[in-house]
Amino acid sequence: MKVNGNIIFLEENQSLLDFLETQNYDIRIIAVELNGEITPSSKYKDVMLKDEDTLEIVSFVGGG
Amino acid sequence: MKLTVNGQKMELHCQTAFQIREQIGNQSDIVILNGFQIAEDCEVTENDTLTIIRKGIMPKKEELESMMVARHTPNVHDKVKKAKVAIAGLGGLGSNIAIMLARIGVGQLLLVDFDIVEPSNLNRQSYYISHLGMQKTIALKKQIEEINPFIKVETKDTRVTEDNVKELFSGYDIICEAFDKPEVKALLVNTALEQLPDIKIVAASGMAGYDSSNLIRTVKPMKNLYMCGDFENGAKVGRGLMAPRVQICAGHQANMVLRLLLGIEEI
Repeated sequence: MKVNGNIIFLEENQSLLDFLETQNYDIRIIAVELNGEITPSSKYKDVMLKDEDTLEIVSFVGGG
Repeated sequence: MKLTVNGQKMELHCQTAFQIREQIGNQSDIVILNGFQIAEDCEVTENDTLTIIRKGIMPKKEELESMMVARHTPNVHDKVKKAKVAIAGLGGLGSNIAIMLARIGVGQLLLVDFDIVEPSNLNRQSYYISHLGMQKTIALKKQIEEINPFIKVETKDTRVTEDNVKELFSGYDIICEAFDKPEVKALLVNTALEQLPDIKIVAASGMAGYDSSNLIRTVKPMKNLYMCGDFENGAKVGRGLMAPRVQICAGHQANMVLRLLLGIEEI
């Protein structure tokens, strides 16, 4: 699977939520684009990842 | 020769810009030819736009607009004048972005913030002592009226939530995400990308402290999403937000907005 431009090894039967949690993402401060479409955070647990998927994940830090 | 002088089409028998200045003004007047202030005399050609500004004199409102427009590069002003840009959060980023977009003549701005101006804002935000206690939306609108009274400014004193993003920002070309808290940044970006597929977002992440200016950059990580910042330096105890890097980041956002309004999608 491709994540932020890097190829990574995907374990079997992982939901997007499982993946984000194992990678230590804080889901309150990120946005995730799956295969070119934004994925609402309410759907993270329902999306099952596949080898051919492309993920873009952005994280926000505070300040403005 | 047909020329536009101070916003009015005129038929003049002149060869050079300074000859026109002699006819309608005096020697100390500033001359702007097609968006550029000239120091040496230039020949003029048919359909040139010339603006002659008398120093220290308050112009009439209709003259003022043509004098301000004169300083914009031709073909840029028409596009930005038609544009509608929303600014979500009027802190260090949003207040400075709003002022820059007003200076370049963006036709319509929406200013969104729930908060009032406090003393702790003055280290980096575009407010004055005289604004303390005032709604940020109103304090900023007043400044914009002093800078460019030809901008239509709408204000919303509200918090942005998942439930009001669509209603607040529908009809705008671009949203500038200029919030402070990362959760609210993510909420706006997620909700707007999902519910408003035609809107572009120019967001910010990472501009605290005094690391190198050159770490702040613009990227386009997703369809319709541009992000500016160093993407690392969040505000925290011991690393506060300070005017220079916050304004550099605001400048990145404002310039990306300008580029998008001119049809340039590359960062």
